[in-house]
Amino acid sequence: MATDLATPAADLRQFLRLSPDEAFASLDLAVEGIKCAACMATIERAISREPGVVGARVNLGAKRLHVTFERREADPARILRRLDELGFKAYPFSPRHSEDSKAQEMRRLLRCLGVAAFASMNVMLLSVAVWSGHETGLDPTTRDLFHWLSALIALPTAAYSGRPFYESAIGALKRRRVNMDVPITLGICLALAMSVFEVLRHGEHAYFDGVVMLLFFLLIGRTLDQVMQRRTQLVAANLAALRAEHATKRLPDGTWRDVPIDMIEPGDVILVRIGDRVAADGRIEDGRSDIDQSLVTGETAHRAVQPGDEVYAGTQNLGGALVVRVLKSQEGTLLAGVERLLAQAAQTKGAYIRLADRAARLYPPLVHSVALLTFLGWMMMGIGWHDALMIAITVLIITCPCALGLAVPAVQVVAAGAMFRNGILIQSGDAIERLAEIDRVVFDKTGTLTLPAADIANRAEIPAEDVMLAARLALTSRHPLAAAIAVQDPSAKPLSTAREVPGEGVKACHAGQVVRLGSPAFCEAMPEAEALAARFPGASIVAFRHGERLALFAIRQPYREDAETTVAALGAMKLPAEIISGDRPRAVAEAARDLGIANWRGGALPGDKVTWLEQMKRFGARPLMVGDGLNDAPALAAGHASIAPASASQLAQTQADFLLVGQRLGAIVPAIRIARKARWLMLENLWISVLYNLIAVPVAILGYATPLVAALAMSGSSIIVTLNALRAGRISGDGPGERP
Amino acid sequence: MNILLILIPLALALGGLGLAAFLWSLSNRQYEDLDGAAWRALMDDDTTPRPRSEDGR
Repeated sequence: MATDLATPAADLRQFLRLSPDEAFASLDLAVEGIKCAACMATIERAISREPGVVGARVNLGAKRLHVTFERREADPARILRRLDELGFKAYPFSPRHSEDSKAQEMRRLLRCLGVAAFASMNVMLLSVAVWSGHETGLDPTTRDLFHWLSALIALPTAAYSGRPFYESAIGALKRRRVNMDVPITLGICLALAMSVFEVLRHGEHAYFDGVVMLLFFLLIGRTLDQVMQRRTQLVAANLAALRAEHATKRLPDGTWRDVPIDMIEPGDVILVRIGDRVAADGRIEDGRSDIDQSLVTGETAHRAVQPGDEVYAGTQNLGGALVVRVLKSQEGTLLAGVERLLAQAAQTKGAYIRLADRAARLYPPLVHSVALLTFLGWMMMGIGWHDALMIAITVLIITCPCALGLAVPAVQVVAAGAMFRNGILIQSGDAIERLAEIDRVVFDKTGTLTLPAADIANRAEIPAEDVMLAARLALTSRHPLAAAIAVQDPSAKPLSTAREVPGEGVKACHAGQVVRLGSPAFCEAMPEAEALAARFPGASIVAFRHGERLALFAIRQPYREDAETTVAALGAMKLPAEIISGDRPRAVAEAARDLGIANWRGGALPGDKVTWLEQMKRFGARPLMVGDGLNDAPALAAGHASIAPASASQLAQTQADFLLVGQRLGAIVPAIRIARKARWLMLENLWISVLYNLIAVPVAILGYATPLVAALAMSGSSIIVTLNALRAGRISGDGPGERP
Repeated sequence: MNILLILIPLALALGGLGLAAFLWSLSNRQYEDLDGAAWRALMDDDTTPRPRSEDGR
């Protein structure tokens, strides 16, 4: 049997990235505790003095440190040590590929935005001259010159800055769908073609200014959208680095080495020490132990395992060290089952249609038919096809969804900022809208309503003397339940004679008598343990025997500090809470009673949770799912909206719409308030856009929409919508929520 | 109207200068950390060699 090993240092060199010429290597670290500019200066000064370091730069917004080394002298471990001395905990990570491409996309949008801004300024400069020239009698030759200059600026700009829209429109058309970018692209192309045509025949009106301004405003909307996504992604990546999981893998030469979890492959042999989480699904080759599956199934009772049994990623090893051969997650394993459920949940969920997309769906047929009718109408009036076409195209230009493009993203960015200040991260764009619509909250119990760390429930009933001695014994054990006892006496010293009996407990000699701490069977206390278990249904029982003296500890996970107040606050918002848990029904009933929750279900398998949520949704309910375990992941996907605490399993985190940063469950309440207010503002903004069109379109149909009118109307509506969106930032999260 | 021949190119040149400056600062990654940049302006690190950041990032 593999014995316990001292933790070997993780190999940090794999996080180094080489510069293209291979002369330098760089390392990215997520640093916990960077709060202000002083921290930034301290770190940069200290790290750049380390030998081999060429440069160190802190990103204060992202809470990251980028260190560049001379390639030969790179020593990441030394940097981590130095940061530790300075009082910062740092975690290396390799920036994900998706993050790099997001950053590139962002820079591309900003470049497009910069070019569009330059073009609108200069074209407007020329246009103002032309507009005032209509009154003061500008010489037609000069007007033509100005129009040509505008075309010279506007055409390349439209070709460059408009690409994000054209690409998206072509992509949508290829998939035989229509999105908002299709009418935008069509409007831009028609307006440019008409303007060039007009300039060629020395016409009075050209819409180059309208086109570049439209691009400018729409690009602002796009950029805001990206800003929000990128900010969340940065923080989420830091969180992942902070929790970076390692596994101990056997190398071909038989030695053990700590490697990041991504580097584990099927067929590898890993060592799972007492207290560690199992890194990957696998079959036990050596060792016996108890496995805590609560993160996976929600079940708090432990499962005994022996060689040949399968263990699942995410479960915790309680008894003794295990040697596990990693298996591919095959059909039939737990994870595969969860993944199948996830796919199913995603299918039945039916795509939620965002507000903006709902508007986009109505929009193209409406404006295009209005434009067509305008053309036909004027033709019948007999003004000639050229003038009729001109007016029809102005209708298309003036209805270009400038304000519509800003209406939703502007609110989202401001609301995301407000949520961020309350400790909530948004993971998907339409999550705010869905969170605003929920009408009940479904909680998972283990790890969500309760804290992940365990505590003694019947502490008051046990003599202090026994607790102290038990704490000294507990120090010898690496069993997680022992940790709950060991923390009772911070000054305790381990007993020198203490010895761990794998899978059973700890034994020692003290004052001439044998003392034992461990399972009730190990301490010969089965009948008493059963009596205690009946009183604390959710608890695990640990026994302590000192000669004739016997003490029993009921250890369970305590509720989150604000679990009860959160449930009450949700009740006050007319959002009833429910519990659905994989734990034993008795334990769930107890939690429901303690927290004042009327509806609960215990013993639910991952599939049961999904079925339960889907049943609710069939009756028209919109549940918010709050959960953390691997077993909750399908339920999180099935909920109308979902929230996971930052301590959740990785799969649960990727499925959740929101992440709670920090220990407070109560952040859910302001999150719902902000979401409701944000949805209200989005609707308001969309109505402002509609109102704008109601005024502008008749003007255009009647043929009064000159380029001047178009410019004023488009920029005016965009500015009103943006200013309105800023109101979302004023929600502190404490005030009463707006109801849509 | 001959003044236009000077003024218009001048206006375009000035605007172009602004655009070039923006694109330059963008490619220099000056917008990566807006929070930090606000504070860096106040730092007295001119006396010590300034920390550099280079390579492909």
